[in-house]
Amino acid sequence: MSNLFDLLVAGLATGAIYALVAVGFTLLWQTSQTINFAQGEFVMLPAFLMLAAMHAGAPFWLAIILGILLSMILLGLAFKLLLVDPMMRHGVLPLAIATMALAIGIKESVKQFFSAEASPFPSIVPTGDISILGHAVSLQSIGVLVVAIVAVFGLTALLNRTSLGHQMQAAAQNPTVARIIGVPVERMILLTFLINAFLVALASLLITPIYLAKFSSGEVLGQAAFIAAIVGGFNQVRGAIAGGLLIGVLDNLAAAYVSTQYRAAVPMIFLIAVILFRPQGLMGRAEERTV
Amino acid sequence: MSGFAKPLKIALGLAVIAGLIIVPMNFNRYGLFILSQWAVMSIAAMGLNLTLGYAGQVSLAQGAFVGIGAYAAAIMTTHGWPLPAAIVVAIMLSFAVGWVLGYPALRVQHHYLAFVTLAFSTLAFLVFRNESWLTGGIYGISNIPRPHFFGIATNKPLPFYYVCLGSLAIVSLAVWWLIRSPWGRAFMALRENPLRAQSLGVDTRRYTLMAFAIGSALGGVAGALYAPLTQYIDPVPFNLSLSLDLLMMVIVGGAGFYFGPFLGAMIAVLLPEWLRFTEGYYLMIYAVAVMGLLIWSPTGILGILDRYLAERRTKAASALRAVAKSRLETAQ
Repeated sequence: MSNLFDLLVAGLATGAIYALVAVGFTLLWQTSQTINFAQGEFVMLPAFLMLAAMHAGAPFWLAIILGILLSMILLGLAFKLLLVDPMMRHGVLPLAIATMALAIGIKESVKQFFSAEASPFPSIVPTGDISILGHAVSLQSIGVLVVAIVAVFGLTALLNRTSLGHQMQAAAQNPTVARIIGVPVERMILLTFLINAFLVALASLLITPIYLAKFSSGEVLGQAAFIAAIVGGFNQVRGAIAGGLLIGVLDNLAAAYVSTQYRAAVPMIFLIAVILFRPQGLMGRAEERTV
Repeated sequence: MSGFAKPLKIALGLAVIAGLIIVPMNFNRYGLFILSQWAVMSIAAMGLNLTLGYAGQVSLAQGAFVGIGAYAAAIMTTHGWPLPAAIVVAIMLSFAVGWVLGYPALRVQHHYLAFVTLAFSTLAFLVFRNESWLTGGIYGISNIPRPHFFGIATNKPLPFYYVCLGSLAIVSLAVWWLIRSPWGRAFMALRENPLRAQSLGVDTRRYTLMAFAIGSALGGVAGALYAPLTQYIDPVPFNLSLSLDLLMMVIVGGAGFYFGPFLGAMIAVLLPEWLRFTEGYYLMIYAVAVMGLLIWSPTGILGILDRYLAERRTKAASALRAVAKSRLETAQ
């Protein structure tokens, strides 16, 4: 039983990070029909930006701020203006392919300009264990979970409670009507790109101390986030959160109880089952079919 | 115009074919390997072009079918079977698996289908890696023999290049015939508008499954050639990135254009070699080039050509119209 408890906590911690990444993914899809195949690389890059700042002599806190700002400029603003905007009118598939190329570009640039080796990354949470209900739980797991939950609650509060959030939702659900009632749709779309960049930078900050900074670490993360977003519901922020937590827990339980060899297969089979029997996702709305 | 263009096209085609046969004769080992690889990847990309470009079904699993074909050929030929028998088995196996993979396509479309096929790709990779009693696991299968044809051994790089080229020729002819047959037209109807296709009496169920199965079978053929080409296989080349690469080949060349896969495979296989002088930067340059191309022309390289030709035709037509109009005016 104690084992199960530990697995659940660790699973929720990784799941919370998947949720952060998946939420950004669904936000981009909702506002601009962008499937970002580079989302995993978007998580990998900010850690290297922060490391680069530290190598240049900045203290850790300053490096974090610089890393987040830079990733909002590069992965939010530049990504939207240079790639998504010119490709938007061509439809979903060419843009999806372009983001695949972007993923290759980011990965190779980091490998070439930084290092092909994994680099250690300082943790924002102190290492060590605390005791909860008689179980030793790593502070890192707790910290990751808390930061991710705060970020996600902050985001949902922004979306549901503020007028800015309502404008963003209106822009996502029906751009034409939103424009008529005076919502600055373009600015709202840009805002979602900036929020996505912020979320991936945060995820990067949380996950890199655990798995090291490595140019190839985006692949696994990106896939996990896609699965989380689809399982939960592609068009729902709360679906992405639930999907993220679910995949995190499932992944950890599969490693312990199924087999380490086929650990990666369990979320995949789950994904196929969900798509086949409930394509809109566990918490999603069905999208109407366009003819 | 067209009376002049057709012989020109045939002459150009013959020149390319002759070039592909004659020029490599004095290539070194490595050059022949790269060209053979181009032929093999063209076959796989052609299969995906049928599924995606003609029938409009997004698949991120073509790399897995190349893997299935490669393992089928490797396992059979190392156990003493001839390569042609292995190719037949690879075709049947990947056709059957592709057919089954087509079922999700009946229920979901677009990005959902992309993710189902992506999941399948990952599952296939796990099977290649973990079922070591069959696939050799991470150690793979080595000493894959190259075939004998009519007493001629193809161990040397040049004869085996001709095996790959010959297979490419056969597959090209088969695909050429297929897309001009009623089947090809049904595929295109499926791509343009599935509901309308259905109302016109196209059995969309059957053709969706067929598009997947035939496309996958060609992936299997490519794999069955890839195994004797490299003479050693392990799971790594058949991971998700091969599927993504093949998808990029099809889109960059021009999805739905017959010659798209040839061009796409050429760019994906040869461009890194030409950019070798840039050392570690070539994949970066490749990535930027792909993005730039897609921004400029989302229908790929052949899309640019197509647009240019269409423009010329419109211009020629309007010139003719102007002439006719002025004649009418002078007659009046």
